[in-house]
Amino acid sequence: MLSYFFRRFGQAIFVILAMIVLVFFGVNVVGDPIWMLISPEMDQQAIAATAAALGLDKPIGEQFFFFIKGLFQGDLGRSFVHGEPAILLILGRMGATMELAIAALLMAIIIGLPLGMYAGLHPDRRASRTIMAGSILGFSLPTFWVGLMLIMIFSVMIGWLPASGRGPTDTVLGIQTSLLSLEGWRHIALPALNLALLKISLMIRLARSGTREAMSMDYVKFARAKGLKESVIIRVHILKNILIPIVTVLGLEFGSLVAFSVVTETIFSWPGMGKLLLEAIQRLDRPVIVAYVMVVVVLFVFINLIIDILYSVLDPRVRLTEAKA
Amino acid sequence: MMSRLLSFFRASLVSCMALGSVMVHAQQELRIGVSAEPSSIDPHYHNLGPNNSLARHVFEPLVGQDPSQQLIPGLAQSWRTLNETTWEFKLRNNARFANGRPVTVEDVIASFRRAPNVPRSPASFAQFLTGMTFEQGADNKTILVKTSSPAPLVPTNLSVIAIMSKDCAEKLSTEDFNAARCDGGSGPYRFTEFKPGDRTVLERNPNYDGARPSWDKVTVRYLTSGPARVAALLAGDVDVIDNIPPADIAKLRGNANFTIAETLSNRVIYLHMDQFRENSPFITAKGGSPIKNPLRELRVRQALSMAINRQAIVDRIMDKAAVPAEQVLAKNFFGTSQKLQPSKFDLKAAQGLLADAGYKNGFKLKIHGPAGRYTNDTQIIEAIAQMFTRLGLEVEIETMPPANFFSRASTGANGLPEFSMILAGWGAGTGETSGSLRSLMGTVDKAKGSGAANRGRFSNAKLDSTLDIALATVDDKKRASLLAEASEIAFNDLGIIPVHYQTNVWASRKGLAVEARADEYTLAHKIKRQ
Repeated sequence: MLSYFFRRFGQAIFVILAMIVLVFFGVNVVGDPIWMLISPEMDQQAIAATAAALGLDKPIGEQFFFFIKGLFQGDLGRSFVHGEPAILLILGRMGATMELAIAALLMAIIIGLPLGMYAGLHPDRRASRTIMAGSILGFSLPTFWVGLMLIMIFSVMIGWLPASGRGPTDTVLGIQTSLLSLEGWRHIALPALNLALLKISLMIRLARSGTREAMSMDYVKFARAKGLKESVIIRVHILKNILIPIVTVLGLEFGSLVAFSVVTETIFSWPGMGKLLLEAIQRLDRPVIVAYVMVVVVLFVFINLIIDILYSVLDPRVRLTEAKA
Repeated sequence: MMSRLLSFFRASLVSCMALGSVMVHAQQELRIGVSAEPSSIDPHYHNLGPNNSLARHVFEPLVGQDPSQQLIPGLAQSWRTLNETTWEFKLRNNARFANGRPVTVEDVIASFRRAPNVPRSPASFAQFLTGMTFEQGADNKTILVKTSSPAPLVPTNLSVIAIMSKDCAEKLSTEDFNAARCDGGSGPYRFTEFKPGDRTVLERNPNYDGARPSWDKVTVRYLTSGPARVAALLAGDVDVIDNIPPADIAKLRGNANFTIAETLSNRVIYLHMDQFRENSPFITAKGGSPIKNPLRELRVRQALSMAINRQAIVDRIMDKAAVPAEQVLAKNFFGTSQKLQPSKFDLKAAQGLLADAGYKNGFKLKIHGPAGRYTNDTQIIEAIAQMFTRLGLEVEIETMPPANFFSRASTGANGLPEFSMILAGWGAGTGETSGSLRSLMGTVDKAKGSGAANRGRFSNAKLDSTLDIALATVDDKKRASLLAEASEIAFNDLGIIPVHYQTNVWASRKGLAVEARADEYTLAHKIKRQ
C-alpha cells in the first residue's frame, strides 16, 4: 500500500516537471510576453525597464533557471499581469470552478444514470430510442453554441434564470460557496447544465451498454430464476456491477470538467480558473499558465488515486498493491 | 356595490403595482457589464484602459478629460504657466478624501512619487512624469511643476496620474489596494470589493465635494464574451454594457427597451509598411523572384491607399461602427489637420500610379495581422487583400493570435520588425496627436524615445523636426497648428495608411443616459437617469 503511494507520488513529480519544461518553453515560442503587457504608448526605454523589472530581458534558459530556483524555495512566480503570486490567483478562483464541476457531475449522474439504465433495460421502447437520439445531440452540439442558446431561451426569452455570473457566496468551513442559497443555484443552473451536457450523454451511453451487458450475464438470469424482485435485481445485481467502469470514467471526466471548463466559464462569465487560464494564455502570462498546469496535474493524480481506492471498495478482487497505473 | 368594490380593488392593485415599479426604478444601484477586466484596482499599477476607467471613479487626476478628451479641471480647478518651464496648479478648495481629510499639496506630491515606482508594474506611469520636479507653491493648495525644458504636455501627462492620500501613497502596496484598503481617493466613489474575474463593487463617497452621482452603489461586472454581454443586458442582469459587437448594434437600436450611446473613438486602424529594407521578406515579383521593396516608393503607397474602399469596409464589415480615417485621430481632437481627407477610392487612378512607379504588372505581397485584437480585424484584412487584388497585386494574408503577432511584428527578425505589411490599431490615450505621430512615424531613436511603435521604420526628417518644435511649444494655439502641419507631412508621405476610426458604442436599458467617451471609459457617475 505505502509503496504504491510512493510510486504514484514519483510519477506525479515526473509528470509535473515534464509539463513545466513544455509549457515554459512553449510559451516562449509563441511570443515575447512584454508586447502583451506594455501600454502601446510607452517609449523604448520604458519598455526595456519593464522587461528588466520582470526578468524578461534575460535569455530564456536563464529565466528557466531562476524559475526552478524559485520553485525549490516554494515560489511559483508572480503573474506578469496581476503582480500577485500565480498560485494564489489560481487557488482564489478554484472554488468557483470546483463548484461548477461538482454541480455538473451531479447533474450527469442524476440525469444520465437513470436514463441510461432505462434505455438498457428496455432497448426496444420508443422512449429509449428517443433517449439515445438525444444523447447523440448532447455529444455533437458545440458547447459554446448550446451555452448561448440556453442563455437566449432561459434568460432572455423566458427570463427564469440569470444570464451570467456567480451568485452571492457564503463561507462554510473556510470555503466560499454559492450553493447554499437559492440565488446561487439559480446562477449555477445554466452553466452547470451546459458543462454537464456532454457528460450526461456519456453517462447514458455507459449506463446503457453496461446494463445490456449485465442483463445477459448468468448471475442476472439466475437471480431472475430465483424469483427475485426486478427492483432488487436492478439495484443489487446490475447497478453495482455497471458502477465500476462508470466510476473510472466519471473520475477522469471530473478532472476534465475542472481543467477544461474554459468555454463555459467564458460564455457564462463564471469567475473560475478556466477564465483565468484563457486570459493568461491570451496575454502570455507565463507564471499563471505554468502554475495552472501544475495544479491540474496534481489534481488529476489525486483524482486517479481516489478512483483506485473507490475501485477496490466497489470490486473486492482489486487490490491497490497490484494496481499499476 | 360589488362592482364598485371590485374596481376599487383593481385601482389599488394597479397603484400598488405602479408603486412597486417606482420602487424598482428608484433603486440606487447601477450594474454595469464591461468587456475588459482590470489587472488591479491600484491606480498606479498598470497603465491600461480598464484599470484607468475604474480608477477614475475613485481617484481623480489633477486634470480631467472630457468625453472627447479635451482637458478640463480635475482635482485642480485651474492651471497656468508661470514661465516656460514652470506650471502652477491650484487644487479645488473643498476637495476631500473618502476618509474626510482635505486634499493638500503633500498628497499630490506623494502620489507623483509613488506612480513611477510601483513594483512589478507591467506598464508604468513613469514616462508621464519624467523630467518633472514638484514643490509647494504659495499655499498648501498650490503646486508648482518644474521641468528642465519647455514642456507643453505637462497638463496632458498629469491627466493620467491618479492622486491619492499621502497615507495610501506611502504605506500601501498593490495587494492592499486590491483588498480595498485605501480610503484616500477624492472621487465620487470608493471601492468596497474587488473580485478578480467577477466584479468590482463601489459605493458613493459621502465626502465628495462635486455633483452627487445618481447611484449609491455601483457593481461593475466583467463579461468578456460579446454575445454573453449583450444577453446579460437583454435578460436584465445588468443596466449598461460597453463595447457592443457591431453585428448586435442594429438589433439593439431597433429595440425600444434599450438605448444606444456612441461616439468616435481615439483608435485608428491602419496599415504599417516596411520602409527600411531594400528587399522586403514578404514581397516578391508575381513569379516569386526577388524585387526591390516597392513600399518605399510614395506612388505605390498612394496607389494602395486609393485602392482601399474605406466606405465599403465601414458599411459592410463594421456595420457602420466606424468612420473612414485620414490621419491618426479624427478632426475634433487636438493637433489634427483640418485639410487632410481620407484617400478617395479610385481604382483607375491607383492603377495609373502603380504603373508610373514601374509596377504595371503588380507584385506579390503578404499582409499579416492579429486575429481578435481589434473589432473584425481578420475580415478587414481579407477585404483589403481583395481590394489590392483588384488593383493588380497578388495578395496573401496571414492572421495569428495577438500574443504571437505583436512579438513578431515588433522584433521577429533578429530584433527588427518581421513583416512587410501589417494591419494594426492605435489608441491615443492622451487624446492629442503628438504622442501618436512620434511613436508610429517618428524616426526610431531610443535615446529620444521616438518611433517606439514604428513597425515599418518610416522616417521623415521634416516630420521629426516639426514634432520636436511642437513638443517645445507651450502656447496651445501654436502647438496645435504645428501638430496639424506634422500630421500633413506624415500623411501626405503616407508613413502609415489609415483605414478607419472605430466608434465606441454603449447600450443601456431605457431611461438611462450614458456618456459616450472617446477613451472607452465607462464612468458610472456620468450615467444619469433620464
